[in-house]
Amino acid sequence: MLAYIGRRFVLAIFTVWAISVLSFVIIQLPPGDYVSSYIAQMASMGSVVSDEEAQALRIQYGLGQPVYVQYVKWMKQVVVGNFGMSMEWKRPVTEVIGARLWMTVLISVSALILTWVLALPIGIYSAVRQYSFGDYLATFIGFIGLAVPNFLLALVILYFGFVLFNAHIGGLFSPELQDAEWSAAKVWDLAKHLPIPALILGLAGTAQQIRIMRANLLDELRKPYVVTARSKGLTETRVILKYPVRVALNPFASTIGYTLPYIVSGSIIVSLVLGLPTVGPLLLKALIAQDMFLAGTIVLLLGVMTVIGTLISDILLVWIDPRIRLEET
Amino acid sequence: MAVAAATLDSPRIFVASQWQLMWWRFRKHKIAVASAVVVAGFYLVVLGADFLAYADPDASEAQRSLMPPQRVYWFDGWSFSPYVHGFKGARDPLTFKRVYVPDPSVKVPIRFFAEGFEYRFLGLIPTTRHLIGVDGDATKTIFLLGTDVQGRDLWSRLMYGTRISLTIGLLGVTASLVLGVVLGGLSGFYGGAIDTVIQRVIEILRSIPTIPLWMGLAAALPREWTVLQVYFAITVIISLLGWTELARVVRGRFLAMREEDFVVSARLVGCTQMRTIFVHMVPSFMSHIIAATTLALPAMIISETALSFLGLGLRPPAISWGVLLQAAQNVQTVAISPWLMIPSIPVIVAVMAFNFLGDGLRDAADPYGR
Repeated sequence: MLAYIGRRFVLAIFTVWAISVLSFVIIQLPPGDYVSSYIAQMASMGSVVSDEEAQALRIQYGLGQPVYVQYVKWMKQVVVGNFGMSMEWKRPVTEVIGARLWMTVLISVSALILTWVLALPIGIYSAVRQYSFGDYLATFIGFIGLAVPNFLLALVILYFGFVLFNAHIGGLFSPELQDAEWSAAKVWDLAKHLPIPALILGLAGTAQQIRIMRANLLDELRKPYVVTARSKGLTETRVILKYPVRVALNPFASTIGYTLPYIVSGSIIVSLVLGLPTVGPLLLKALIAQDMFLAGTIVLLLGVMTVIGTLISDILLVWIDPRIRLEET
Repeated sequence: MAVAAATLDSPRIFVASQWQLMWWRFRKHKIAVASAVVVAGFYLVVLGADFLAYADPDASEAQRSLMPPQRVYWFDGWSFSPYVHGFKGARDPLTFKRVYVPDPSVKVPIRFFAEGFEYRFLGLIPTTRHLIGVDGDATKTIFLLGTDVQGRDLWSRLMYGTRISLTIGLLGVTASLVLGVVLGGLSGFYGGAIDTVIQRVIEILRSIPTIPLWMGLAAALPREWTVLQVYFAITVIISLLGWTELARVVRGRFLAMREEDFVVSARLVGCTQMRTIFVHMVPSFMSHIIAATTLALPAMIISETALSFLGLGLRPPAISWGVLLQAAQNVQTVAISPWLMIPSIPVIVAVMAFNFLGDGLRDAADPYGR
């Protein structure tokens, strides 16, 4: 078991490293460097940066050195939590991102939880009542969920909310509480706004989980031990919930690793449509303004966040599934 | 069992080729067959986009900004001759919104195989014929799906958008396929250390949230690049992260087949490695690759649409579904002009059709199973 967790941990570290390299590539890709964009920006505002100043800046940021040296320098700063300055906001990147990162975490985790809360009972129902009206309905909604890209779904829901109820569904807070201090009222307001974005983000995942749950449970229900349990006179609920559901649950848990990156990805683009205060809109703005330190940091943090989430789910899986636990010892 | 009993009655099953068996199996999946027709229809639009469009997709006209779709009257009296009414544009004195009122006194007949702007049919034959159109006069035109803010005809733009969105998906999936087959093949055929490394790389790639990464890469494309350069760059970006599933399928097939009798005997009679792989192994899992490729296409289409929707993918003057949907980004705009959402319909239909088709192909890919 320890060996398994150890291996997952090493892989997670490699993943974080790969993400850091990719983020650095994103920072480096645009033509010119940080200083030349800074000079251009200053010039557009009417002030001039002298050659000496530019030179000093270049030395400070280690520009002009080989790329790998720059990467190491950047990493050294990142490890101690200094992500550089946002050019657009003239503030440290950490300050700009601030609470938005936690909002992203909150929305992603809510979507993940909603996925399970919905998929588990619906999946069980679909399997137990195979080919019933409810089963077909679940399958149909599932296909819609898989086929409609989540940003389009957000757009459609927003549109109908606007046309039918004349309500603006977007955002995570009511306008009057937007800038208020945290209070019970604000938390309640957030809780009221959360379900719709979480549902939009979670729908595709839910559809997939329902299909997995249904297929697994159908396989289990045909096995002889279910017949035995039933013939011994257990109630139907107990027969189903006690054994087959538990077995069918395992692959269910192991898919978090694939679901989480998908949800985090989706949260970026859905946030843009719904106007949620996550890092999504910030990332788009940063990319358009070529504010590369901000953009690179967001990509890095999102990646790391996902890896940590996946790692936690892996450890949970070991805890749930004794087969993995025993296999590795 | 029922299948086995039925097959014993029909001797032709014993002499049928593998592809014939697959076709029979595929035919049973009704939704997949219907989806195949839909997909074929989409690619016909790709080929004949300029024939199906009746207006130059870039011709803008401020006087026709945001016109709603026109109603088509199919019968004039008792004879079949479709026409639309003319329209009068005016500005609402209160809201300053442009409003259009149909003018029943003017009938604009729709002509089939009418003259329109010049283009090359299939990129070869110069012609001016279009499926539908109106008689010469420029003031009389039709707008089947309305117009956008700049007064460009949405139907014609949708036709061109379909061409770009579906070919970019196809190119992207081809690039992914090459990467997936080579890397998945190496992984499955050699096993050992190569396999471990490639599998770890796949695991790493799959655990990274792709959209932020795509956004970063796409935003770094130089602004001065031409439409064509951006088009290919987006294809490459999308396929660089999209090959993992294909590689997984190919590897699985290689692993399953390495120990099969016919592969072992091919090796024993002294076939070279290349010959074993390409003459004996690849043909027998070709069908699986085709199925996996079909299932990978929707993700490509959605990726392009999403990137372009955000303004990071294809940029105007290029037309794709995502570029068209950019106009629908704002709820207020959509509430006033709901027809701007129309381009989302082909996205959803195409994604569904490819998914069902892929499902059917996957089931048919292994006609000996079950």
